[in-house]
Amino acid sequence: MTAGDTGPDRKLDPIEAVSPPSSPPTLGRGSRVLGNRAVLGSSASTILFFGFIAVVATMAPGSEIVRQRFFSWFHLKQSFLGTGGTPSVAEAFLLNVEIFTISEMLILILALVIAIVRGMPGPAFFPFRVVAVAYTDLFRGVPLILVLYVIGFGIPGLGLRFFSYLSDVTYGIVALVLVYSAYVAEVYRAGIESVPESQNAAARSLGLTRWQALRFVILPQAVRRVIPPLLNDFIGLQKDTALVSVLGSIEAARAAQIYGAAQFNYASYVVAALLFVLITIPLARFTDRLIARDKRRRQAGAIA
Amino acid sequence: MKSNRVPLVVEDVQKAFGANEVLKGISLSVNRHEVVCLIGASGSGKSTLLRCINLIEPIDSGRIVVEGEEITAEGVNVNRIRQRIGIVFQSFNLFPHMTVLQNITLAPRQALRIDGKNAQERALGLLERFGLLDKKHEYPDRLSGGQQQRVAIVRSLAMKPDIMLLDEVTSALDPELVAEVLNAIKELAEEGMTMLVATHEMSFARDIASRVCFLDAGKILEQGPPEQIFKSPEHPRTRQFLQRIIAAGRL
Ligand SMILES: Nc1ncnc2c1ncn2[C@@H]1O[C@H](COP(=O)(O)OP(=O)(O)OP(=O)(O)O)[C@@H](O)[C@H]1O
Ligand SMILES: [Mg+2]
Repeated sequence: MTAGDTGPDRKLDPIEAVSPPSSPPTLGRGSRVLGNRAVLGSSASTILFFGFIAVVATMAPGSEIVRQRFFSWFHLKQSFLGTGGTPSVAEAFLLNVEIFTISEMLILILALVIAIVRGMPGPAFFPFRVVAVAYTDLFRGVPLILVLYVIGFGIPGLGLRFFSYLSDVTYGIVALVLVYSAYVAEVYRAGIESVPESQNAAARSLGLTRWQALRFVILPQAVRRVIPPLLNDFIGLQKDTALVSVLGSIEAARAAQIYGAAQFNYASYVVAALLFVLITIPLARFTDRLIARDKRRRQAGAIA
Repeated sequence: MKSNRVPLVVEDVQKAFGANEVLKGISLSVNRHEVVCLIGASGSGKSTLLRCINLIEPIDSGRIVVEGEEITAEGVNVNRIRQRIGIVFQSFNLFPHMTVLQNITLAPRQALRIDGKNAQERALGLLERFGLLDKKHEYPDRLSGGQQQRVAIVRSLAMKPDIMLLDEVTSALDPELVAEVLNAIKELAEEGMTMLVATHEMSFARDIASRVCFLDAGKILEQGPPEQIFKSPEHPRTRQFLQRIIAAGRL
């Protein structure tokens, strides 16, 4: 490899990061050449498409009861705000956000440690590598809900002095961190391995230690490359915070269920779903943008 | 004290990759302010020798002594040795996520523990000398190959090495960019930098070398001042190699 080692796809351009993105083709904004005609065409097809769905939905048998059970404005509003007897879905959703935020930070750190341990060379680190490999194998294989049960019901059952008396939310976070760190560690590892060996050789030949080469040369490049897949995993994590409810925490999905059972109405589920989607969409679009930019970079690099 | 010592002594170094014996007993010394050029066919072991001196590759037998210290001895701190031996590769291997200035100051700050301000002053001085001062805040992918290679040389020099190893530093460059890099090296040689240079650029070797070593199949067949090696080589294999080079129009 020659100039390819310092290819243009390696660094994030701070200017481009803040400038508005060109909208993705799926949103149908026309290119400059097609101009108004393309915009007109995509608007027309959008209106037709959703119009058709609306007509079918309202004319289909049972549509009235569907509207009442799922989309009643009264229930949407009431479940969102909560009643005297049922919790507010919106307020419960704050718990999801809290679980997500804390877990995400812990995962980023733990996964990085696992990835680094897994890459440590030499016979002295062999046992550590084995532990790291076993960890990722185990927690990628076991369903999250089982880990939740084991941690959330198993540990309190042990009657330990401190660890058996933590909150449900804490156990939930521990389970999420354990499982997701295994995935994210693999993402990091792929990133580390994608940095050419010549980068490491250059750093070491300057007299940097193995650790310094990793910290200043390899990791910064590796992390930049894996941001899109990392964001993908975090979208998954965001949704899986709902599973913490199996331990008894009243987060958005559980609050919606309580409302649904009390009022015999499912608008609360719609509210919860919308809240999840609302927070996932920006993450997803941001990921799309990074991937698209990465692709542009690589193409520009190939031409140059 | 330092000036009495020979910067680099290689004694009977052998190195094999599996069954492939690449270095078959190389002995060579480089004196202070000397520029020794390694020439020889592809696969003769030039890069391997330089990599062994930089301790990137372990040797099988023999010893390598830098400034009086045996660097191939057991228990030697490799990082400390590498700080004293600069090496520049054919592929520049700049760090793409760092600006030119960050590339250059990283090792002095982290390995030599020089404070940021001094490291930066040193880097800026070197960049100015090599005509790169206006590129200090650029990222490597905004530089031409020639500029990148000069930055790589500056990055090595910023460690104030006792000796510089250059491994075909112009091979990856477009022909029109070769001269600027060779001129930079020439300037270094004139300033008295001790260097061991593997190269295919024979006219360059003739210009700057104090001594030329012809490497053939893992052995130094012949060495001497450039006039002697290029005008009246003793060994038939040297003659053959040079004839081929002349036929290819590279001398
Ligand atoms: N890491 C390695 N593993 C196995 N074999 C190697 C390795 N590095 C070099 N070799 C072999 O060692 C021999 C000498 O290679 P080396 O790169 O030192 O030659 P060179 O003189 O630098 O050639 P060139 O002029 O093409 O750069 C070659 O046969 C090569 O295949
Ligand atoms: Mg070589």
